[in-house]
Amino acid sequence: MAPPSSRRSGFSKRAQFSVFAAYLLAGAGALLGLGLLMLSLWQPAAFAPLRGVASDAVAPVGQATATARSGQQSLFGGIAGYFRAGSQNAALREEMELARIRLAEADAIKAENLRLKALLGLSDKEVKPVAVARLVGSTATSGRRFAYLGAGRTNGVAAGMPVLSDRGVIGRVLETGRNSARVLLLTDSESVLPVRRATGDVVAFAEGRGDGMLRVRLVNLGINPLKVGDLMVTSGAGGYYRPGVAVAIIAKITPDGGIARLVAEPSATGFVAVEPVYQPEAVSALADPRAPLDPVPAADAPATAPAAPASNEGRE
Amino acid sequence: MMERLNPNARSDPYGSRINRTQSPLRAGSVPWLSIMLGSLLPVLLLADVMPLVPSLGLLMLLAWRMVRPGLLPLWAGAPLGAFDDLFSGQPFGSAVFLWSLTLIGIELIEARFPWRGFWQDWFTAGLAALLVWLAALLVSGAKVTPELMVVALPQALLLVLLYPILARMVAHLDQFRLARARRIG
Repeated sequence: MAPPSSRRSGFSKRAQFSVFAAYLLAGAGALLGLGLLMLSLWQPAAFAPLRGVASDAVAPVGQATATARSGQQSLFGGIAGYFRAGSQNAALREEMELARIRLAEADAIKAENLRLKALLGLSDKEVKPVAVARLVGSTATSGRRFAYLGAGRTNGVAAGMPVLSDRGVIGRVLETGRNSARVLLLTDSESVLPVRRATGDVVAFAEGRGDGMLRVRLVNLGINPLKVGDLMVTSGAGGYYRPGVAVAIIAKITPDGGIARLVAEPSATGFVAVEPVYQPEAVSALADPRAPLDPVPAADAPATAPAAPASNEGRE
Repeated sequence: MMERLNPNARSDPYGSRINRTQSPLRAGSVPWLSIMLGSLLPVLLLADVMPLVPSLGLLMLLAWRMVRPGLLPLWAGAPLGAFDDLFSGQPFGSAVFLWSLTLIGIELIEARFPWRGFWQDWFTAGLAALLVWLAALLVSGAKVTPELMVVALPQALLLVLLYPILARMVAHLDQFRLARARRIG
């Protein structure tokens, strides 16, 4: 279809000026957009309050779809369960008996652990989640992997807090609104997480690859000790995550580490828990590395000791 | 006793012509609202692995631009893009910039090739959508890894394939927009 003739300006000065003004306005809009883009690439948090208001507005709708999503998953799971019910039942029963034995062993180890810790004078703090909420949405069109969480500032959620599901790490809170928050998922290619192997002291970084897998890079290069099927857990370095939470399972070995699959897939979780930052002192020390950690004189050597694990995450 | 043979005899696609007129509110708001709805809908999906859906807001904008040229002002890309940026996860300003450029580009091309049909429309919209998709990936603020480009490819395919469907939808929305809803007198 040709454009209607009313859009041709012809000899009319008024029409010519209005076409010119439209181009001028559109050009100004494009330039403004370029400026805003530069600004937000330079300072990613610059428009966080605006986005917070926007996500607050969408979060209630997201609650409804999130409820529907989890209901749908259990429905499909139920249907799928019928197909191999018999053989699965037998396999599960055998597995459960084994698990019971392992559980008894674990209890014994736990008791011994407690005894040893009591000997050393250590005490475990119980971590209480700040908030428990659903993931209400995500940025499905963009190359970035953010999710929206149905809890925000009013629930005590703050930027930097780790988000965990019952299976493992989901990501970290990036920005907060009043009733919603934006979570940086592990799969985002800007996400870096210090991890270690669940058994043994193999320390590495897990970086998002942008395609749903994590690239695990070993800190100490040499002979690659990783094997397919190894579980990587958080190491606690950097101070954001508490140590020992499951992150990913190695699926492929590469020369400098491996490619790992997520343990906790955000789309398969119902509720997630937001936990407080594990060691706020270490995080603030990272933000300002020159500031003294303790008011004690610099001659005391331990003043630098807490910064040592934190410096691993300096590349983040 | 006057029995009317065809009950639709005194109406056109927009409804009865007697005693009815279009609602100015509806005629003005439907394009904007439908594009904003297109920006909002993908947020409700939980895509944790890869970009799942194409930018529906961009596709709706292109469809309105192609199906009803001249309806949206040339500067419409800036405000609609700003709304899209609030939800899309892109750095704020990327859609403001890219959508404005797209509309200006299409306007410039159209001034030179005024006669066109559906296939040219599809080609133009598809090409514009692909360019915006690529540029948006490049400025998204994430590292552009080869893996990211590979998993984003289905999005590009969907962008091109969805256009005809959305163009039909826009045509129906346009009928709804211009329906004679208001009673005069």
